[in-house]
Amino acid sequence: MRFFSTNFFRGLIAQIAGTVLGMGLVMALRVIFGLPLSSPIEADDAHIREVIVVGGVLVGALSFLVGVGVFSDWFKWARGEETSDEHTVDTSKPNWLRYFSVDFDHKVIGVQYGVTSMLLLLFGGTFAMLFRVELAQSGITFLNSEIFKVLLGYDGTHLYNTLMSLHGIVMIGGILLGIGALSNYLVPMLIGANDMAFPRLNAFAFWVNVPGAIILLSSLFLGGFDTGWVGYPPLSLRAPLGMQMFLMGVYLIGVSSIAGSINVIVSILTMRAKGMSMLKMPIFCWAALATALIQFTATQLIGLSFQLVMLERLLGMPFFDSLRGGDPILYQHLFWFYSHPAVYVFILPGLGIISELLPVYVRKPLYGYKWVAFSSLGIAAVSFFVWAHHMFVSGMSPFLRIPFMYSTLLVAVPTGVKFFSWAATLWQGKIEFKTPMLFTLGAVVIFLLGGVTGPPLATIATDLHLHDTWFVVGHFHDTMFGGFIFPIVAAVLYWFPKMTGRMYNEKLGVVTFWFMFIGFMMMSNLQLVLGLLGMRRRVADFDAALGFDSMQLALTIGGFMVFFGMLLFAYNIIRNWTKGEKAEGNVWDSRSPEWQRPNPMPLHNYDQPFEVVGEPYDYGMPNSTYVNMNPAGTNPTAH
Amino acid sequence: MIHLLIVGVLVVISTLGMGLLLTSGWILPQQASQQAITIDWLFDIHFWFIAFFVSLICVIILYSIIVFRRKKGEKGDGVYMEGNQRLEIMWTVAPIAIVLWMAIIGGQTLSDVERRDPDAITVDVVAAQWSWRFEYEVTTAEGITSTVVSDTLVLPRNQQVLLRLHSQDVIHSFFVPEFRVKQDILPGGEKYVRELRVTPNTNGEFGLLCAELCGQGHTTMVAAVQVVDGSEFESWLNEQAADCNLSDAECGQRWAQTFGCLGCHTTDGTALIAPTWLGLFGHNVELSNGSTVIADTDYLRTSIIDPNAQIVAGYNPDIMPQNFDEILSAEQIDQIVAFIESLSN
Repeated sequence: MRFFSTNFFRGLIAQIAGTVLGMGLVMALRVIFGLPLSSPIEADDAHIREVIVVGGVLVGALSFLVGVGVFSDWFKWARGEETSDEHTVDTSKPNWLRYFSVDFDHKVIGVQYGVTSMLLLLFGGTFAMLFRVELAQSGITFLNSEIFKVLLGYDGTHLYNTLMSLHGIVMIGGILLGIGALSNYLVPMLIGANDMAFPRLNAFAFWVNVPGAIILLSSLFLGGFDTGWVGYPPLSLRAPLGMQMFLMGVYLIGVSSIAGSINVIVSILTMRAKGMSMLKMPIFCWAALATALIQFTATQLIGLSFQLVMLERLLGMPFFDSLRGGDPILYQHLFWFYSHPAVYVFILPGLGIISELLPVYVRKPLYGYKWVAFSSLGIAAVSFFVWAHHMFVSGMSPFLRIPFMYSTLLVAVPTGVKFFSWAATLWQGKIEFKTPMLFTLGAVVIFLLGGVTGPPLATIATDLHLHDTWFVVGHFHDTMFGGFIFPIVAAVLYWFPKMTGRMYNEKLGVVTFWFMFIGFMMMSNLQLVLGLLGMRRRVADFDAALGFDSMQLALTIGGFMVFFGMLLFAYNIIRNWTKGEKAEGNVWDSRSPEWQRPNPMPLHNYDQPFEVVGEPYDYGMPNSTYVNMNPAGTNPTAH
Repeated sequence: MIHLLIVGVLVVISTLGMGLLLTSGWILPQQASQQAITIDWLFDIHFWFIAFFVSLICVIILYSIIVFRRKKGEKGDGVYMEGNQRLEIMWTVAPIAIVLWMAIIGGQTLSDVERRDPDAITVDVVAAQWSWRFEYEVTTAEGITSTVVSDTLVLPRNQQVLLRLHSQDVIHSFFVPEFRVKQDILPGGEKYVRELRVTPNTNGEFGLLCAELCGQGHTTMVAAVQVVDGSEFESWLNEQAADCNLSDAECGQRWAQTFGCLGCHTTDGTALIAPTWLGLFGHNVELSNGSTVIADTDYLRTSIIDPNAQIVAGYNPDIMPQNFDEILSAEQIDQIVAFIESLSN
């Protein structure tokens, strides 16, 4: 089996060995310092176990990275040895092995990100389906099953809390990796580069996610955690060992975010093709740039807040425990200072995809390119000044709420610019309804719902009612599906021929769209209504007397339709990756440079540099092109 | 131009339909406080804006899908339109004006909701994993002050109540949907006590729900809220102020209810988060360290005061509050033990 010789498999083995070794190391240190290895008091014993396991898991994560080989070239440089060019491919091995190895090609890394992202979304979705079954009717039923008790060691409401918390954070991990997939795969191709600025850093940024995701998911088997994805202390100080796995997993995925964003920023700023001024970039690059700027500057804060919780749990430093002089609200400030901008990280690339795809299928220029471009930067800028709107009822200083209400409402302005520009782009076009276009239009409508449900949460008086209800859940799912899920499905199908040289199945794509769109509308609108009616979020059960049963059942059905839709999408991709119809040339008649190249994209994207001679989206202007693939002075027969 | 006219008419019709649907009152719970009136007024403004903007964008999209779709066999591109500076400025400035106005009325409604009444009565709300307790100061005609503790939040109608919110462990949140207001409850003593003002204006029974995830028992962390006439409230308070003059076991049952014991321990034999009390007294208990003890008076008293000392096999430490010797009097603890004892007969 070739698989067992891959870097990936070696990394896994190294992680397991490293974890065991690390646990041994911590135990040895404890012995040296004269600390006990167990305690007759159950609470102390659990704490000692936690210290040992956390030490082991950290060493394990590092071992994975060493074992998988992302450091190898850096080690060689440190020893003064030569390394081979980052783009040599060993043709004696089958091509699929590249995806399980440390590869520096941005297209391979993009696909690696994409597949890992889909796997995480599948896990997150499965968790959601499990607790949706529980919520389909009042009364605790399904999750009280003996099977869970045997498998996981717990069931009932604690299992509900764990599944609900994991659904949130695993989806967020999946989305962050999806963003990585989009920017890594697309940015170099769109700006006319052959790779990212720092290919080795890029590989590191991807691979660090793998131990991160494994550790995060392992929390399910280590007692779970019942804090939601926000992990507010003091509750997170009391949660089982699974809490630490959550904190460490997210921490590693955060490292990936920072390293990945450096690459995107530098690549966009320094590696654009000749003649491609910032205002002539494909619009997705603006979204990717705004996203990367947020990731680069805000991610540290969630790392910091999680690190402080870890230290408080491990070493008893009371940062957030108010009974011992800490401040629980401080955590919320640190947490949301990242986690609010982070939601714009999740949506900006998706909005970029919408702006990128609309002109191609409408056959019209993107309406107000500059305004759309700057609105991305506008959203990114405002995102840093709105975090405390998550804390209107938290008990922070009451006067602080007013400025945050103003800043939050301002988000509506750049977002509004995007909507009006999209609507104007559609106006008087010649719209073609291929599956990616259906998903793009679906994304606009769904994101619109996410947009208009924002202001009631922004004005404090109405938020007093809505905070921590299902209305927030509905609003958030609207923004995530409109800003990420629907656009990324559109993007994967749109660039599918570039990745594989083959076509997805159009009929299946259309069916997938209607399944997901109808299912999602059922799901999210019911979430919004339930929230308005006063149903609080994060509860495992609800009182039958409230009369929510039929709505909850319909909500569950909607959720399952979305889940099933995503499975259809995955099937469409997997099946047609090797078996689809061959897709030759410029499938969508796009002006973008990558479509002027063969499918699938050649190893070196552009073996001769092209020159930008026009505007990216001048569809409908006769005799105009965006790029000249054979600029004067080069040999036009090169490809 | 005809296109714009049709779209305009459709937007107006759709806005009216959707706005009326959203503001007709079915979408929010019963209105049971003074504050809810102000808040619902603001909700209605939001609903009209939602109706307008959803209609505007969706009508344009739907109209474009139908009218500007590519007909069969049609070739070529759409109408070449790059953008329009004036239009862009307009749809930037107009939303700025709207959101600024929204923020201003947002501030006004907030100050209205939080307006202080100097005659407000004070109730201390104590939240713990996973129970609610309400404490009222009562001064009798003789000038003796005592504290009434209740597991139901009884409130007089048309009288502002100042709720002082305390937590004993983690963050909880006070939420009565019918009152429309919410406030997180923080642990950490006087410095972290937060206040919430509400003026109930409708008699009835409502549910107080913990709105901040607080662990395993979060779902069931609910308490009853009763809004009654002022006179009825007074007489209820005086009745409660009288000492517990029932038997020990009956008083113990009352304390077990008031102080949240029954949030985790059941009296019917089912095991929730903690061991059941039914048939506990006088029987063998297997502990997590493998030993076995008999559940006698001493064992029960120790378990109340220092719950981590002996953990029953299959349950977790650190779940039960460890400060009951401060909260409860020695007599109350004895009465709770007596109540548990009575459950084994």
